Amino acid sequence: MARHQFEAKIRHESGKVIIDLYGEINAFAAEDLNEAYDQAEESGSTDILLNFTSVDYINSTGIALIVNMLARARKAKRHLILCCLSDHYLEIFQITRLGDYMDIYPDEQTALAAVAH
Amino acid sequence: MFSRFRKSWQALTASEEPAKPETAPSSPSPALQAKTLEFDIAPNDPLLAYFLSAPGLVEIDQLVMDSPALRTLNQAGVKISVPLVSQGELIGLLNLGGRRSEQEYSADDRRLLQTLATQAAPALRVAQLARQQQAEARDRERLEQELRVARIIQETLLPKELPNMPGWKVAAYWQPAMAVSGDFYDFINFPDGKLGVIAGDVTDKGVPAALVMATTRSVLRAAAERFSSPGHILSHANDQICPDIPANMFITCLCIVLDPRSGILRLANAGHNLPCQCTPGGVNELRATGMPLGLLPGMTYDEVEMTLQPGESLLIYSDGLVEAHNPQREMFGFPRLRQSLPCAPQGGWQGNNTLIGLLLDQLSEFTGPGWEQEDDVTFVTLERLEAPTSSESPAEASTASFETWQVLGEFVLPSEPGNEITAMNMVTEIVRDLTLESVRLERLKTAVAEATMNAMEHGNQYRDDLPVEIQVLLSPTRLAVRITDHGGGNPIPEPESPDLEAKLSGLQSPRGWGLFLIKNMVDEMNIHLGDIEHGGTHHTVELILNLKGNDHGSAPV
Repeated sequence: MARHQFEAKIRHESGKVIIDLYGEINAFAAEDLNEAYDQAEESGSTDILLNFTSVDYINSTGIALIVNMLARARKAKRHLILCCLSDHYLEIFQITRLGDYMDIYPDEQTALAAVAH
Repeated sequence: MFSRFRKSWQALTASEEPAKPETAPSSPSPALQAKTLEFDIAPNDPLLAYFLSAPGLVEIDQLVMDSPALRTLNQAGVKISVPLVSQGELIGLLNLGGRRSEQEYSADDRRLLQTLATQAAPALRVAQLARQQQAEARDRERLEQELRVARIIQETLLPKELPNMPGWKVAAYWQPAMAVSGDFYDFINFPDGKLGVIAGDVTDKGVPAALVMATTRSVLRAAAERFSSPGHILSHANDQICPDIPANMFITCLCIVLDPRSGILRLANAGHNLPCQCTPGGVNELRATGMPLGLLPGMTYDEVEMTLQPGESLLIYSDGLVEAHNPQREMFGFPRLRQSLPCAPQGGWQGNNTLIGLLLDQLSEFTGPGWEQEDDVTFVTLERLEAPTSSESPAEASTASFETWQVLGEFVLPSEPGNEITAMNMVTEIVRDLTLESVRLERLKTAVAEATMNAMEHGNQYRDDLPVEIQVLLSPTRLAVRITDHGGGNPIPEPESPDLEAKLSGLQSPRGWGLFLIKNMVDEMNIHLGDIEHGGTHHTVELILNLKGNDHGSAPV
């Protein structure tokens, strides 16, 4: 059974830094996710885009990790942007009010266009 | 207490019981006017013994004795005292000063005085007793008035009206043995449509019990604001009551949470009489164990769940019934109660023909006329009416009828990190044929995963010997997933809305989303605390999805 699997890969597009997330965001994702964020912050880009296309599971611990990342971004004057959340997790981001603190876009193109200027 | 009375003879002093050691004031004045001299004679004053041992005239000015009372009399110019003695008790003195002629009192005078004193003593005693009784009657009247007010206040603490639920008949009876009572009952309407029923009995009766009753009622109401499971309500109330309750007092209390739609009731019991389920097949006592409230803090209370079928009733009663005695000093007792309980007549209890009415008839027949009620008597009955026939209203008939649960599947998982995903996938597989709308299925999956994770982490502490049991059930209208841990440890806290701003600014841990998420993902979440066979406790989190009809739509978007 595919489990404990998480990956975060850094990519640069149109001068922005993008973190592509894969798999399950839960307790096991903590280390990789934080490492990816460190790299993104070091890249110097103000906007950091998290792409959720390949995420198939986020649990409450995963939400805590995202809260933690958002807190770090606010401290470092970085701007976290999200895209490609499934309808279900979009709903969860709204229930938890995380959506009030981060801009969420349906796809990567829209997200990049929105932060282009 | 002093008695005073005047005689136109000369001076008359009345003194009552020699109680206080000190003397009352007496102003020296010419002894020619009739006046009342008030003073006490100390019990150890030799003059008292002298008066009691020598009835008849006493020449005060010729007595030699070290006596404060004698000095008082001399200072007042008293020449002669005639003790007024009734039933061996000195109740007053008839005192005379010197004659106006300054001559000695004659033998006639003395005889007259003696006769007068003999008749005055009993008359004075009667007057004193009458006055004392009047004072006592006034005190009693005042107390009774206070108790009447207390009774009125206490009645306002009881429900003012009975719950009115379609398909149910609820009745209650409350009769204190004295003006006020240690018995109480209460109904609480939960926001989700469930009904809380509480019945309590404070040790003892009368005013002390009534005071504790008033507090207990408030504490239970406050607990029901925070918790929705009967075990948690009792446990929380117990912790609140323990520090303040007087020693040697406690409260037995029954707490029931009834879902009127399904007839499912869950109860926890803090040492109260076992409620009786009256069915056509006989009477069942519903047993759940727990200590009375107010004895020890930190108690937990088992919960039992059962379904009251249409045509069945639940009887809740206090000690006043079963501990009533007849003139032969036999007790009413539980066996008699069980025999007294018939199942409801065809078509339910009608008019004056009620279960409570029948029990009161049985009680008065048993005790006979002129019974002085020994203890507070309270009854509450919950009667589930026969489902209406289908011709009346098919829609209502289906909701009022008994909800049958069918087990779709169950499995057990070891407490290992990551197993929540297995649980989620297995539940998805089990409910596949229900073809749930994908949004609702996703919500259920998240709720199942979160609840399983809580069970493994908080309940079982990830101990590999403690499994998580998962059961999926289906009724005609609802889907339920029950997730049970075996940790037995801490109660599951009620879900609160996490404060995101506080979490972002580091004032709150970024974690703590689990229960909040679960509650928002399903139509209903219930937490049960149960007893395992071999001691200890387990938690069951029950997740409910409404399948049709009034869909609450769960999560707000």
